[in-house]
Amino acid sequence: MDGMAGGKSSLSWAVNISVVVLVLLWLFPTVGLLVSSFRTADQIAGSGWWTAMLPQERNETLRTDRPGDLETIPQVDGVYVVEGNLFVADGRTEGGAAISAWGTGSLAIDEFVPGDTAPLDDGQAITVQENGDYVWTSPTPQEGRGQRVFTTAATPPEFTVENYDNMLFDPSNREGMTKAFFNTLTVTIPATIIPILIAAFAAYALAWMDFPGRALLIAAVVGLLVVPLQLALIPLLRLHNEIGIGKGYLGVWLAHTGFGLPLAIYLLRNYMVGLPRDIIENARVDGATDFQIFVKIILPLSYPALASFAIFQFLWTWNDLLVSLVFLIDSSGDTTVMTKQIVELLGSRGGNWEILATAAFVSIAVPLLVFFSLQRFLVRGLLAGSVK
Amino acid sequence: MNPALLGVFTIFVGVGGCLAYFYFSNVLLDKVIFPAKGIHAGRNINRAEKVRPWLFLAPAILALGTYLAYPVVATIWLSLTDRSQGDAFVGLANYRQMGLDPKFWEALRNNMLWLIVVPAASTAFGLLAAQLTDRIRWGNIAKSIIFMPMAISFVGAAVIFKLVYDARPAGTGQIGILNAVWLQFDGGIGSLIVLRILPILLLVLMAAGLALLAWILIRPVVKPDHRRPGLIETLVRLLASVVSVLVVLACLRGILAAVGGTYPYGVPQQWLTIPVWNSFFLMIVLIWIQTGFAMVILSAALRGIPEETIEAAIIDGANPLQIFFSIKMPQIAPTIVVVWTTITIVVLKVFDIVYAMTNGQWQTQVLANYMYDKLFRSNDWGVGSAAAMVIMLLVTPILIWNVYNARKEMR
Repeated sequence: MDGMAGGKSSLSWAVNISVVVLVLLWLFPTVGLLVSSFRTADQIAGSGWWTAMLPQERNETLRTDRPGDLETIPQVDGVYVVEGNLFVADGRTEGGAAISAWGTGSLAIDEFVPGDTAPLDDGQAITVQENGDYVWTSPTPQEGRGQRVFTTAATPPEFTVENYDNMLFDPSNREGMTKAFFNTLTVTIPATIIPILIAAFAAYALAWMDFPGRALLIAAVVGLLVVPLQLALIPLLRLHNEIGIGKGYLGVWLAHTGFGLPLAIYLLRNYMVGLPRDIIENARVDGATDFQIFVKIILPLSYPALASFAIFQFLWTWNDLLVSLVFLIDSSGDTTVMTKQIVELLGSRGGNWEILATAAFVSIAVPLLVFFSLQRFLVRGLLAGSVK
Repeated sequence: MNPALLGVFTIFVGVGGCLAYFYFSNVLLDKVIFPAKGIHAGRNINRAEKVRPWLFLAPAILALGTYLAYPVVATIWLSLTDRSQGDAFVGLANYRQMGLDPKFWEALRNNMLWLIVVPAASTAFGLLAAQLTDRIRWGNIAKSIIFMPMAISFVGAAVIFKLVYDARPAGTGQIGILNAVWLQFDGGIGSLIVLRILPILLLVLMAAGLALLAWILIRPVVKPDHRRPGLIETLVRLLASVVSVLVVLACLRGILAAVGGTYPYGVPQQWLTIPVWNSFFLMIVLIWIQTGFAMVILSAALRGIPEETIEAAIIDGANPLQIFFSIKMPQIAPTIVVVWTTITIVVLKVFDIVYAMTNGQWQTQVLANYMYDKLFRSNDWGVGSAAAMVIMLLVTPILIWNVYNARKEMR
């Protein structure tokens, strides 16, 4: 539609490149967290996540095999020789890493290059190759522990699911996310389903029934749509305490229901008003009651709007922190939700990114899944829901 | 009871209870109270029809009344009483106490900054993304990705961006990408271009654009050509142009800073502890989340523009920029207002991001977090409620505007 005469291809290039830049900017932060959650604590602390796909330069302290474990130490040309591979001696497989520099003292860890021979005390000497093979010679039989070797080696990229194991499946981990995950789920599902039903009936009345004060009620719903829930915190907490609900699931479900209702009624009413008048009037002529019309005709036809709102409410209750903080989480902490748990981890484990990244991703994963599988309903709801 | 069981139970009781209520109340109405038979059949049917809407509405009205309408009134009352004096009426004492608290003014100032920057940036990025992605083949995938942060919680986003802003001591490898990029600058020619010339150019452009906007806004008031704007419109125009001029001044100050300021090259920065800048680093999180929303709505609006208007402009020889600013922008202006106000409301309520990232330290306090602080840490319900009322007050113009538009639309 914007068929410009000249410079079309260069313009299209510019547009493509700009979008690529924009998309990368928007994707980068999340990818950083995702990649970090699959790296070990050492890796995260040692290098930026963006280098995770490249071989890592890493300094290590390795030891040769213990001479004390060997039955006999072979003698070649009058000197005792212990041979082997440093990585194998460390319990790893050979060929994983390539040594670029090494040393025998902690003050000069990169004194030698692979292939060099380093003199040791008492006339001993050691030669280390790039793949970790070593030859350790001595005029007298070697004894005791293995010889210490400091290596600088490029190790191939390595990813692990250990963090998820720790945070999700380790019952002894007090910081684990499993309990918080199920608590969040327990908050979310009833808080999503109950308001839909209440709102659907109300929306039907506001859309298809004629009664005095209807316009006023619709205006009130539109007004309540933007009332900050901050105002509700103290009065409602006091109310809950007075009627005996206190802090707990019941309170948080009720609160989410109340806070979600304006949007639900607004979305559903807008959708129901657009349904064809003929169907409803025909049903009325045929003697159907309002209740029957609602259950048999309106509800099935409003399915897209119901889905839109359900997704909104699900995302909102799943991601909520404030309402849970105020109405649910008591001092025992048994009812903590994931958002609260993450905030606590941010305070106590500020630098342990393997914990933080994993915890955050456990809580982000479900909404992302919902988002990508049901995106079209979300978009439709947004378009209908923004007050025009 | 096990919470999961309790949850399933609640779903059954809630859903079943709702359905039972609606069904049986209707039956009761039709069969018992106003039966459609006997001598009063006609009258009874009419009466039942009058009552029925309220049956459908009752649960919703009850919930809305208890959970949204009552708290507004109760908060007004709480803000005028003192809990420590046994809920005695103290007039405006809480507001006075709040006015003397420098933290409150800091929160208010930051909120104003958020109110200007976040909606503007989100809308601008959203418009840019909508306009660009509509022209390319893989636009839908790009849209999905830019829209994705909408699904991420504020707390999750806080963790994501804490990693971006992370700082390690100088000399060790940086794991926060912002510091890794920052350490690439050494004060050479590259730094001169990226950190001085580029920002200056951007700020000059922004200042010029905003000055133009201020003039467009104020012109009908100073030099009315055919019609004089009404009182409310005049006030809105004056307010908006004053805000624009203030931002222009801020841009000019930014230009001065970019020209003469010294940068700590080579030193990793604790981004979230640098006053004023840290507020912007927090805003980036919200902009990152809200841009997708703006993009989706504006993209739909752009597609809704009748093609004839654009074709006519092309035939008349308009260039792409002219088409965008003179043909498309005016047609999507109402949608831009909707997006702007919606994001404004989100900004006014922003709590999680600040709570999780800085908790209001280093001068990043905002009203919602200030309020939470007063309510639940200082246990000062009076001042907390007063702060809530300030948020309510800031939302009220949008509330009135929305209700006004909704009523206009219904007629």
